[in-house]
Amino acid sequence: MSEPLLSVRDVSKSFGAIKALGPVGLDVAEGERLGIIGPNGSGKTTLINCITGFFRPDTGTISYKGQDITRLPAYRRARLGLSRSFQIPHPFTGMTVIENLLVPMDYGATSARKELENAEEILRSVGLAERRDHPAEQLSQLELRKLELARALAARPAILIADEAMAGLSEAEIDDILSVLFELNRAGVTVIMIEHIMHAVMRYSERVICLETGQVIAEGSPEKITSSPVVQKVYFGEQTAR
Amino acid sequence: MTLPRFALVAALLVVAGLFLPMVIPNPYYFYAGYVVLQYVVIATGWNILGGYAGYTNFGASAFFGAGAYAAAFLFKAFGLPLIFQILGAAAVGMFLGVATGYLTLRIQGVYFAIATVALVIVLETLVHNTEYLGGASGMTHIAPPPPAWFGGQTQFVFWVMLVIAACAVVLARWLELSWIGRGLRAIRASEPAAESCGVPTLRLKLLACALSGGVMAAAGAPYPTYTSYLDPVSAFSLLIGLNALAMPLIGGTRNWKGPVIGALLLASVQQIATVTISSEFNILAVGVVLIAFVVLAPEGLLGLKSAWARPKLRLSGAKP
Ligand SMILES: Nc1ncnc2c1ncn2[C@@H]1O[C@H](COP(=O)(O)OP(=O)(O)OP(=O)(O)O)[C@@H](O)[C@H]1O
Ligand SMILES: [Mg+2]
Repeated sequence: MSEPLLSVRDVSKSFGAIKALGPVGLDVAEGERLGIIGPNGSGKTTLINCITGFFRPDTGTISYKGQDITRLPAYRRARLGLSRSFQIPHPFTGMTVIENLLVPMDYGATSARKELENAEEILRSVGLAERRDHPAEQLSQLELRKLELARALAARPAILIADEAMAGLSEAEIDDILSVLFELNRAGVTVIMIEHIMHAVMRYSERVICLETGQVIAEGSPEKITSSPVVQKVYFGEQTAR
Repeated sequence: MTLPRFALVAALLVVAGLFLPMVIPNPYYFYAGYVVLQYVVIATGWNILGGYAGYTNFGASAFFGAGAYAAAFLFKAFGLPLIFQILGAAAVGMFLGVATGYLTLRIQGVYFAIATVALVIVLETLVHNTEYLGGASGMTHIAPPPPAWFGGQTQFVFWVMLVIAACAVVLARWLELSWIGRGLRAIRASEPAAESCGVPTLRLKLLACALSGGVMAAAGAPYPTYTSYLDPVSAFSLLIGLNALAMPLIGGTRNWKGPVIGALLLASVQQIATVTISSEFNILAVGVVLIAFVVLAPEGLLGLKSAWARPKLRLSGAKP
C-alpha cells in the first residue's frame, strides 16, 4: 500500500474532564471516499477540528502528504488543500453568495484563474445559481448548508471534509449533492463524509469508520459496518429507539 | 467608481481646498471645518478595524492623543516640520495598534475592546507624569508661520487635515476593494470560516490594527499646531473615543461612505451646538443619538437606505 494522504496517529482531545476524542488513529488514502459515522457527541466534529487545525490535539500527530501538520495553523492547512464545511453553517454575512466563494479563491491554495466562472459553476452544481447575488444573510438554513459546501468546493481542495453537509436536505437534494461529490471524487479529490443520514454515507463511502465516545469502534466496508453488531448496538439501536 | 478615479476625485477636492481661503474670508469656518475633517479621519480610521474587521475599539482617543503628543514631541525635540510630525505620529499609531492587537487579539475579541480602554488610561497617565511633555498642565506649541498662500494658520491646518482625510478615505476605499478587504469582511462574519478558507486571520487583524491606529494618530498630529497648546485632558478626551465609534455606527460600517457621512453629520451638529449651547452638551447628545441608532437602525443610515430600497428582501431574510 502506498503512503496515506492523511494520517492521524494517537490523537486525543479533552475539554476539561470530558475526553471528547481518542486516542484515535486512521489513515486516508489518496482518492478515497471515507465515511465517518457515530452517535451525537461521539467526537466526529472534534476529530475534524483536530485534522483541520481548529483544535490542537492534546496528544498525537497528524500528517498530510508525509508532512507533520500537527502544529500548523488552520489557514495554512487550508492552503495545503484541506478544506472543510462546518456542521453549523458559518456564512460570510455582509457578502453576496458569489463573493462567499471568492474568499477561498483569493486566499486558497491555487490561484484560480477565471474565478467568477468557476464560482458560478460551483453554485450551479449545488443548486444555488439563482441566489448568486443575494446577500448571504438572506439564505434559508437549507441554502446555507449548500453555501457551506459550495465554499469548501471553491477552495479546490485535495481533501474535502464535509461535516453533515446533507442534514435537512430532501431526498432529491441529497442525490444532487451526492452526485456532485462523486464527480469531485472522480476528479481525484479525497472525500471524508461525516453524516447521520445512513443511506447517503453508505451509498457514497468505500470505507466507513464508526466512532463512539471518541473511540473507533468499527471500521470497514459499508456492508460490514451496516451488519456489525457493535455498530448496530450503539448507533442504529440508539437511532431507532428515538 | 474604480480606485484611480476615486483617488482622482479626492485629489481634485484637495486642490479645490487650496482655493477656499480666497472664497471664504471668515477664518471661523476653517476653525470649525478642521474639527469636522478631523473626525472624518478618525471615523474612517476607526472603521478599518471596527467596521471592516468587526473589532470594536473604545480607545480611539489613545491613538489620537498619542498622535498629537508624538507630533508635539517631534517638534519640540527636533523641530521637525508638520509633514514629518504627521508621518511620525502615524508610525507611532501603527505601532500602538499592532502592539495592542498582538497582546490581545490572540485571546478573544472582547479583550481587545477592554485593552483599548486601558490604553487610553495608560497613555494619559504617562503624559501626566512626563515633565518634558508638560505633564498635567499641558504644553504650548508655537508652530512656525504657515505658508503665505493660506493667509493664516487655521486655514493652513484645515487644508492639511483635508489632505489627511483624502488619503484616509482613499486608503479605506482601496482596502474595501482589495483582497484584504474581502478577508477582513470574512473575519467580521466568521473567523473559523475565514481560517478554513485560507485567510490568515491574525495577520490580517494586525494589519487592520496598524492601519486603523496609524490613521487615527495622523488625525491627532496637526492638533497641537491647530490649538497652539496641548494638554492630556483634551488630547485623550472621552468625546473623541465616543465620536469615533458613533460616527461610523450612525453612517454605516460596511464601506467608506458610512464614517464619512456620520462624521460630517455628527461633527457639524456638534460644532453648531458648541457655539449655540455648550460643549458639555455634545457628549450627552452623542450618547442619545448613539442609543437611538443602536436600537432603531443598527446598520446605520446607509443600512436604512438599502432596507428602504428593497424592503421585501430584507423582511424575508430570516437571520439564523
Ligand atoms: N469546544 C468544545 N468545548 C467543550 N466541549 C466540547 C467542545 N466541542 C465538543 N465538545 C464535546 O466533545 C464531545 C464530542 O463532540 P463532537 O462535536 O465532536 O461530537 P459529534 O460526533 O460531532 O456530534 P454530532 O453528531 O452531534 O455533531 C461532546 O461531548 C461535546 O460536548
Ligand atoms: Mg458534529
